Amino acid sequence: MTATDAFGPAPATVEAGWLLPRPFRVVTRRQDTADTVTLGLRALDGAPLRFAPGAFTMVEMFGVGEVPISISGDPASPELLEHTIRDVGAVTHALVGSEPGTVVGVRGPYGRGWQVRDATGQDLLVVAGGIGLAPLRPALLDVLAHRGDYGRVILLYGARRAEDILFADELARWAARRDIEVQISVDYRTPGWQGRVGLVTALVAQAGFDAERTLTLVCGPEIMMRLVAAALLERGVPAPRVRLSLERNMHCGVGLCGHCQVRELFVCVDGPVLSYDRVDALLSVPEL
Amino acid sequence: MSDGTSLLDLAGLQSLLECLRSRGYTVIGPTMRDGAVVAAEITRLEDLPRGWGDTQRPGSYRLRPREDAALFGFAAPVHSPKATLFPADTTLWRRTRTEDGFDVELGDGDQDAPPRYALFGVRSCDLRAIELQDRVLDGRAVVDPDYHRRRRDLFVVAATCSDPSGSCFCTSLGTGPRPTRGFDLALTEILGGEHRFLVEVGSPAGSELLAGVPARPASPADLSAADRVARTAAEHILRRLDVDGLREVLQSAAGSPVWDEVATQCLACMNCTAVCPTCFCTSVADSTDLTGGTTTRHRVWDSCFSTEYSAVHGRSVRAGVAARYRQWVTHRFAAWVDQFQSVGCVGCGRCITWCPAGIDLTRRLADVRAERETATARARALAPTGDPHDRH
Repeated sequence: MTATDAFGPAPATVEAGWLLPRPFRVVTRRQDTADTVTLGLRALDGAPLRFAPGAFTMVEMFGVGEVPISISGDPASPELLEHTIRDVGAVTHALVGSEPGTVVGVRGPYGRGWQVRDATGQDLLVVAGGIGLAPLRPALLDVLAHRGDYGRVILLYGARRAEDILFADELARWAARRDIEVQISVDYRTPGWQGRVGLVTALVAQAGFDAERTLTLVCGPEIMMRLVAAALLERGVPAPRVRLSLERNMHCGVGLCGHCQVRELFVCVDGPVLSYDRVDALLSVPEL
Repeated sequence: MSDGTSLLDLAGLQSLLECLRSRGYTVIGPTMRDGAVVAAEITRLEDLPRGWGDTQRPGSYRLRPREDAALFGFAAPVHSPKATLFPADTTLWRRTRTEDGFDVELGDGDQDAPPRYALFGVRSCDLRAIELQDRVLDGRAVVDPDYHRRRRDLFVVAATCSDPSGSCFCTSLGTGPRPTRGFDLALTEILGGEHRFLVEVGSPAGSELLAGVPARPASPADLSAADRVARTAAEHILRRLDVDGLREVLQSAAGSPVWDEVATQCLACMNCTAVCPTCFCTSVADSTDLTGGTTTRHRVWDSCFSTEYSAVHGRSVRAGVAARYRQWVTHRFAAWVDQFQSVGCVGCGRCITWCPAGIDLTRRLADVRAERETATARARALAPTGDPHDRH
């Protein structure tokens, strides 16, 4: 017995679970936009990767590196892990270029998600910008799968140009449904675009929703999220009912490595989804 | 079995060391290398820096010969227990390509034989550092398996600090100079008269080990001599850090000009985070063999002073040095409190000593506090019409 008696053996699940990548094979590859691809991955051992909407994994391309990527698939079909990946760096470039059959490493899932079921019996407003729609897709699919549990469901989506609209076919299908209201706006008009031109924040101002009974989920570039959050607060949504998904340098996924900290928050475990009242003051300080 | 305090002479201390080794412990203790006291494996008392002390102040560390034969007559060594329990480079896992995918195994493949470390001569500030590392690495939902493995069977022989340095400020944080908890055995070296060591028992394991060593009961004179050692050391610590309300001060000080001022000195060299006994940030580095068949993932110390640390899409959240210094200090004295219910500092002073620019953490924190107080007073003077009881 030693002074360190409180230390039993580490639970094997902890040791094996958090840091070891599992092999997944790319089974589907869909080019969403010029620089964005959705990969469908299946675990080699067939074990589904169950996740909460809003969670992320660490995806690794052998010999290149590892990156945090939000899960964009259907939580009801965890046997197919979907990641929507934009080509912005060395690892995402390699991932975006990977063909079906490629084996990649996956750790996770990590992080606190949208907890969209908190809106049960109430209305839901989802505001997405650019690739920010990807982490929101699982939440929307979950809501649509349990549609009767919610009141109005509104999706406001902003993209840079019409060609950058993510999941365009699915958005068109949703727009045709009567139980979800979809509004899309683009920053810049390009030939053929008949829809709205303007910032997504303008959609917030115009959207008719009852601020008192609406949970709002926001994902996009940080500045867009802050502007949308401010617009939502302006409309009377209480800050705790505005949820954002923060992007920081997630490395380990479990709060040990320190990289993703924003003052007292470990974004990988306290987030990535955080309510606006917790992050408002932090995001307004440059370089915090 | 001994429950109270005992006394060891030099031969007894040598016997204690041998006893640890005979039980399979790798004993890590203070020894001299490259002009400094470092932590390394020791096998006999001669490995200790007998008769050597140190002079530490902002940006400077020098060994100095002592006029006595003290074994523990120096202040914080370069290496804290972090170097042993949470090494700068360790293997997380190794992966081998297979026909269909890969196999991956934890660690360096040597999981069956975990190290059994005994830390010898640990200072009180560093005991607190171990306690804090336990919270960070072994006390939350996800445990660091490598730390856990090294920590699990740790045996700690602490030593009272008798000759603190100009960088020390443990007394401001209540973490020293005398060990009060977190050890198996604690020594206080008594010079003058017979060279002897008062031994306090901190655990059943300590008691059990001591039973195998030729110790004799301590006399009241020995006890008061040991008290005097600790008291004198405490009196020699002149550096102060006011941690009262520091969290709130720092939370309100994100825009303080002090950060910009420090940034004109700070080299962002990461010495402070490397020597800090509680800094825990890490990164991973993969190495792949030439055939591409085996990949090894190393966990290596990282630092919030690097630009890559906060990089998102190739851009740093904290691009400027001022923001990075602010991050380090604010994490340590504000965010730590939220995250781990304690400030992340133990007052060892290593970051002050080993800063090549001699940046004095305690002075800079006092500067931030003073600047905040001035700013608050000015704001109040500018808005005198408000409710005098409303401090916002």
